Amino acid sequence: MNVAVKPADTGSDRANAPEVMLDIRNVSLSFGGVHAIKDVSFNIHKGEIRAIIGPNGAGKTSMLNVINGFYHPQVGEITFKGETRTQMRPYVAATQGIARTFQNVALFRGMSTLDNIMSGRTLKMHKNFFWQMLRFGPAMQEEVEHRERVEEIIDFLEIQHIRRTPVGRLPYGLQKRVELARALAMEPELLLLDEPMAGMNLEEKEDMSRFILDVNDQFGTTIALIEHDMGVVMDLSTRVVVLDHGEKIADGTPAEVSSNQDVIDAYLGVAH
Amino acid sequence: MRLAEGRLSGWKQEMTAEAHDASVHDTIPKLLLRNAKVRGARPAMREKDLGIWQTWSWADTLTEIRDLALGLRALGLKRGDRVAIVGDNRPRLYWAICSAQSLGAIPVPVYQDSVAEEMGYVLDHAGVKFAVVENQEQVDKLLEIRETYKDLKEIVFDEERGLQNYDVDGVRSYEAVQQLGRDSDDGEDVWRGEIAEGKADDTAIILYTSGTTGRPKGVVLTQGACVWAADTAEQFDSLTENDEVIAYLPMAWVGDHIFSYAQSYVSGYCVNCPESPETVIDDRREVGTTYAFAPPRIYENLITHTTVAMEDASAIKKKMFEYFLGVAREYGEDILNGKPVPLMARLKYWLGNLMVYGPLKNRYGLSKVRIGYTAGEAIGPEIFKYYRALGINLKQLYGQTEAAVYITGQPDGEIYADTVGTPMGGVEIEIADSGEVMYRSPGIFTEYYKNKEATRDTKTSDGWVHSGDAGFIDDKGHLKIIDRAKDVGHLNDGTLFPPKYIENKLKFFPNIKEAVAFGDGRDSVTAFINIDLTSVGSWAERNNVVYASYQELAGNPDVYKMIEDHVDAVNLELSQEERVAGAQISRFLILHKELDPDDGEITRTAKVRRSLVNERYAVLIDALYDPSKKRQKIKTEVTFEDGRRGDIEGDVEIRDMKLHAIDRASFKEAAE
Repeated sequence: MNVAVKPADTGSDRANAPEVMLDIRNVSLSFGGVHAIKDVSFNIHKGEIRAIIGPNGAGKTSMLNVINGFYHPQVGEITFKGETRTQMRPYVAATQGIARTFQNVALFRGMSTLDNIMSGRTLKMHKNFFWQMLRFGPAMQEEVEHRERVEEIIDFLEIQHIRRTPVGRLPYGLQKRVELARALAMEPELLLLDEPMAGMNLEEKEDMSRFILDVNDQFGTTIALIEHDMGVVMDLSTRVVVLDHGEKIADGTPAEVSSNQDVIDAYLGVAH
Repeated sequence: MRLAEGRLSGWKQEMTAEAHDASVHDTIPKLLLRNAKVRGARPAMREKDLGIWQTWSWADTLTEIRDLALGLRALGLKRGDRVAIVGDNRPRLYWAICSAQSLGAIPVPVYQDSVAEEMGYVLDHAGVKFAVVENQEQVDKLLEIRETYKDLKEIVFDEERGLQNYDVDGVRSYEAVQQLGRDSDDGEDVWRGEIAEGKADDTAIILYTSGTTGRPKGVVLTQGACVWAADTAEQFDSLTENDEVIAYLPMAWVGDHIFSYAQSYVSGYCVNCPESPETVIDDRREVGTTYAFAPPRIYENLITHTTVAMEDASAIKKKMFEYFLGVAREYGEDILNGKPVPLMARLKYWLGNLMVYGPLKNRYGLSKVRIGYTAGEAIGPEIFKYYRALGINLKQLYGQTEAAVYITGQPDGEIYADTVGTPMGGVEIEIADSGEVMYRSPGIFTEYYKNKEATRDTKTSDGWVHSGDAGFIDDKGHLKIIDRAKDVGHLNDGTLFPPKYIENKLKFFPNIKEAVAFGDGRDSVTAFINIDLTSVGSWAERNNVVYASYQELAGNPDVYKMIEDHVDAVNLELSQEERVAGAQISRFLILHKELDPDDGEITRTAKVRRSLVNERYAVLIDALYDPSKKRQKIKTEVTFEDGRRGDIEGDVEIRDMKLHAIDRASFKEAAE
């Protein structure tokens, strides 16, 4: 995967047999007596935008944490790019091409936008500590190459004006964008977005939607996102999986899911 | 210089040795050929891309323009065809203007943030066949327009992002068109032949004025007019190829077209394009521009940002800032004008420059500015004096699209905050009996495109143009503009009511972003206020005032109190001026929404469209003049950035003001 402009090959893939990038089979996760995820199975196709929705406490964030190896499910299998695993460390997930953003922004608040995004390149820097300290020769050359990639991402997400601003001083909407930029700097194959639009106003949401679509379209990045705004989910996603109390209650296209009675009940509540 | 009562003409223009030979280089494309020859290696254009400044010399520029022109020609662009230019200030879009002109086609720059409907009107009216646009956003807009407006043949885009998968007829990339141009046989000769055919009275450009009334009008300017304007400015301010400007104002605005385009071809200086619209201040600082041009709004914003930042500064810094700003206010202007100043004051000013003014100018990116202009509309005298006090040679210019900008300008050493200077070279000015300013110059427009009626109303048969502004010539021989001629009114008791004058006084307060005053044909003056979200927002943060929206903050009682104090200060000032003492603001309200160009309430260059405001907010205006009403409910339709519409409802409070006593006796004394 390269950040440079590259035509997306998603359209045709979707029509005929889609390639499965990530397959989750019968995964269960519990913390002591609390069952966060109960026997959930679904898959993510290469090149699609997959939404994970559900009411509060449905297990959505836990699901993302399972995917990027932060939580280890007690039962079940996860196959990523044809490789099956039950346990994986987050950094292994990262090296394999899974990047994510967080529900509550997790940036280095005192560092500039540029440095935050550069930190996303850490895994791709290979010169050792002493070379880095010298900032000379191969280490400098490596830094310049990475900086170029980072500048492309800055340009892509239109955040040139905050390049040097410490992120702690940025408004929330922009912090979210910087976080997305850092995730993109890893050049991921699978991008996990945990509520990328929480707390944004209409305009910021539209901007962010545009960026997510562009990332998917231009870089061909597969995206799994958790989102509460149903308008956004319906507009963006190819397929939606719905969780409630840790169980999967629906899986399908946005249209199928939104007309599903179980989903409506889960969101609006039913008389017991 | 004075010809007759109320008539002035500018200095007589003479061709100096350095000036180009106007009979040979009478069009912009010919000037391009000259520049590539005499200063081929000098920078013509820069753009910051991926954080690094990229430079194109005049020789490079020539190649870029030639390839594009030949490409467009291969696609069927012919002499006289109209070409729309849509986007932010990008080198490639400026080149597209010159490419079109080199073939004798007519570029029509369009405000890039207009919604599809607005843009469609201009394209249709101008009969545009080709469009060169910045990015996907604009391509989408044009494709939408093309569904109904079928004459639009080719759309050429600069930025490829998001467009790789577009498979639509007549949509191609800039590179592809340039490649077409490179592939054409003996292109160079053909192209130079096309340029040689150009004449001074060819139409150079059609600029659609945003217009405070009705539909936009297409102002047709000739090559001769544009070259004249640039020549005049070059002589007036001794511009050279060593000057630097930054291009950040809408390309559809005449100011940008002359300053960032025509002037560069005539004087040979370098035009810098910022990385993005948000980075202009930083980019300007890096480039160190020497020649600047901006509407008052930009200068107002800088002051607002400074005020906000100083509120958060430490007590020592605040004290220092205030002290030295006081020194600057007292002596800065005199020092800049070269008047005698006490030695001690000079010393203090020097120290102030070291500690406050220098760093401040650096932050504004104005350290190296030799000449800065404000134009577009009247600037508040306080704002103007502030910059001059800091040692920035800010000058006022009175210009119009119909005049290829230049009507009057302030010569160095003759700067007065309340006048707009003397006529520029070749310009004649006369005040009509109605008080309206009339002018005539080699730069005036040919006509309003496809609008004979409006042309007749504005331009007389012997070439005088109605400016639409009321003004007079003062005893120093300087032109003074009061207001738009049709806006100046009278209260029922006969008191003069110049709305703009009052609004500008209000807008000087950083907390007030926009104001609309009413009073013509009424018993008293009232006003709408828009608070400035940056400034008031910062105040709210410091005072732990929680708010969710503009509307909520605007309705806050403390904010009302703050604005009430500002209005009171304005009333006090008004009460001390004889002509407008009776025009004090008796009631005001803070609007529940910001006036927005997307809703058509202000123009894209931030001028209030009075008739539209009168119509949309009639309920509020009625309430302002109904003393029994203390609050008024209102529902307004708004347009979102993507063109969708929605309603916004508000319950707006109306404040009564206590007027200041008018001391008529003191005016008499002053007069005697």
